[in-house]
Amino acid sequence: MERIYLDHAATSPMHPNVIDRMMTVMSHDFGNPSSIHAFGREARHVLDEARSSIATSVGAGRNEIIFTSGGTEADNMAIIGVANANKEKGKHIITTEIEHHAVLHTCQFLEKSGFEVTYLPVNEAGLISIDDLKAALRDDTIMVSVMYGNNEVGTIQPIAEIGQLLKGHQAIFHTDAVQAYGLISIDVRGLGVDLLSVSAHKINGPKGIGFLYMREGLKLNPHLYGGEQERKRRAGTESVPAIAGFAEAVLIAQSMMDKKTEQYLQFKDVLLAVFDEADVQYEINGSMEQSLPHVLNVSFPGTNVESMLVNLDLAGVAVSSGSACTAGSIDPSHVLVAMFGKDSERTKNSIRFSFGLNNTEQEVRQAAETTVKIVNRLVRK
Amino acid sequence: MNKAPQDTRVVVGMSGGVDSSVSALLLKNQGYDVVGIFMKNWDDTDENGVCTATEDYNDVIAVCNQIGIPYYAVNFEKQYWDKVFTYFLEEYKAGRTPNPDVMCNKEIKFKAFLEHAVSLGADYVATGHYAQVEYRDGEYKMLRGVDNNKDQTYFLNQLTQEQLEKVMFPLGHIDKKEVREIAKEAGLATATKKDSTGICFIGERNFKEFLSNYLPAQPGDMVTMDGKVMGKHDGLMYYTIGQRHGLGIGGSGEPWFVAGKDLKRNVLYVCQGFDNDVLYSNSLLAVNVSWVAEHIPAGEFVCTAKFRYRQEDSGVKVKVMENGDVEVIFDEAVRAITPGQAVVFYDGEVCLGGGTIDEVFKKGEKLTYVG
Repeated sequence: MERIYLDHAATSPMHPNVIDRMMTVMSHDFGNPSSIHAFGREARHVLDEARSSIATSVGAGRNEIIFTSGGTEADNMAIIGVANANKEKGKHIITTEIEHHAVLHTCQFLEKSGFEVTYLPVNEAGLISIDDLKAALRDDTIMVSVMYGNNEVGTIQPIAEIGQLLKGHQAIFHTDAVQAYGLISIDVRGLGVDLLSVSAHKINGPKGIGFLYMREGLKLNPHLYGGEQERKRRAGTESVPAIAGFAEAVLIAQSMMDKKTEQYLQFKDVLLAVFDEADVQYEINGSMEQSLPHVLNVSFPGTNVESMLVNLDLAGVAVSSGSACTAGSIDPSHVLVAMFGKDSERTKNSIRFSFGLNNTEQEVRQAAETTVKIVNRLVRK
Repeated sequence: MNKAPQDTRVVVGMSGGVDSSVSALLLKNQGYDVVGIFMKNWDDTDENGVCTATEDYNDVIAVCNQIGIPYYAVNFEKQYWDKVFTYFLEEYKAGRTPNPDVMCNKEIKFKAFLEHAVSLGADYVATGHYAQVEYRDGEYKMLRGVDNNKDQTYFLNQLTQEQLEKVMFPLGHIDKKEVREIAKEAGLATATKKDSTGICFIGERNFKEFLSNYLPAQPGDMVTMDGKVMGKHDGLMYYTIGQRHGLGIGGSGEPWFVAGKDLKRNVLYVCQGFDNDVLYSNSLLAVNVSWVAEHIPAGEFVCTAKFRYRQEDSGVKVKVMENGDVEVIFDEAVRAITPGQAVVFYDGEVCLGGGTIDEVFKKGEKLTYVG
């Protein structure tokens, strides 16, 4: 059975060039970048080059990039590290109801240690309102964390507008760009973003590496102590091969961005055209316009997500519900609950298709046809 | 169905225990298209965030990867709550001793789960139950497991033709010792895992404490049949007929046992001596009776019956009434018949069906103190 992978928002295959680059670094540049000898210098060179090209990709300076173990650590570091370093200015944080758990659970953790958090609601398209944000903003607000593109439904938030709004306010602006990075052109200065989280494995890089962009001059309490790596903001010997692979993945993503966007939008059209032709009943969760090109979340009335995902997997099509699992069973997605309310059937009958490297139109069509067959079977009962 | 094994999809209900693990392994070795599914029926996340369901699912994952089959989970918490747990509480409230496992098999494992499996293209579902299904004389028969000590037909008594035609019990023809050996030989992650005991959603916890979270306990008097107060009980729901432990009646002579309850007066009846005549009865009325066979028996017939799990069979005469309820008359008086428990009928090795014990009689007279 030919398997089709349409779950690139969960994780993505590594690009062959990334693997080559990492193999090279692992084979030749094993030194510790902090060492004073030639081996160390070679590794340091690899690290510096990677840092520069990654910084450039978001319009940042190289001293503004902190390598982390991934998106989750970057989010934790941004929120906990910066909130604690600025708590004398206030204890109020604003975020949204549709953040990734790496942000939501981190905010909930801060609430337990005395911070106050406002969770902004979203409309049915998954968008927050700037007016809500304005209304929530207080003199003692020290941080606003709004995700760039949602991982479950793809909705893109008005990041530049928020950045504009926060100009002249003490609140530090963080955005979780894990899902948007690589498909949306990001310029931290233009956006007015102070902190931005990115993960490598979503963009065909290796797992276990990510970065936090932190604007020069911001205060941060580190959560790891030890050596002086990352300018004392994150101790621990750098994973040089992973960072080199990450940089390679970034270069590829940057050069392919327009082509990928065009291709994935085309995939969305193909998928929906197959559903339309087969006269399958469906609704799109989120916005078709203000959305990440590679994420499409679809509700199929009369089905249930547990049955859909298992049937699709048994038929060789890998998709997901985008939401968390407990003991392997699927909890209703907090994002869909925020969009449609907890009693909506959509929270129980929606699945996420997400496109990426190596997907072909033929595959997408085939996956859509398989989906149609399963939906028809489940709905007919 | 005459499909080749590789074209026959069998969905195995996997609990994370050794029995269902070996069931899946045996089916896989027979060449079936096996899919493992874990049912999450109860959320028991404790204050430390630890949930036995998560631990069990991790065992399912390990075993399925060892066997080489796909695994998934399905959540039936709502169905379980509505169909099994609500019934469980209602029965306790009514002073009876329910059997949630019978209800779970009827409503969850062989209904909700079976339907889910069919929606995944399953030809059969399989579990790790010790029972056998045979197609004989134009219909499906349910037979006791060959390991008589582990036989679980008592809990499966509500299954019917419709379900049995889609059910496989791969462990029915082997004994528990062999199951452990197969698991060890295959190096399965669950090979030496302890068997679960007691009611699944209570697990190893204190039963009294668990129940008190859901039902208010009303302490009252513990009295003999002729009204002598012997002490206090903690709440009628904590006691079952024939129970010896936990009464706390000291003194000399033979031990004391629970003989019955009076819900209205909140009184627990006790009697002295294991073989006290008060504990014995001659017949019962069973309701919610279900028969395995397509043709529901009518009139009277003779067979054997079990009134509790792992009890020896007793000879009985069964009278089927028009409304479907049955009167069960014992060849010899039987001790500690308990309303709420199942009565299950057998013809030799064949399980005929069963029902819920509703009323208990002694020489034709209803034992009001039993319920």
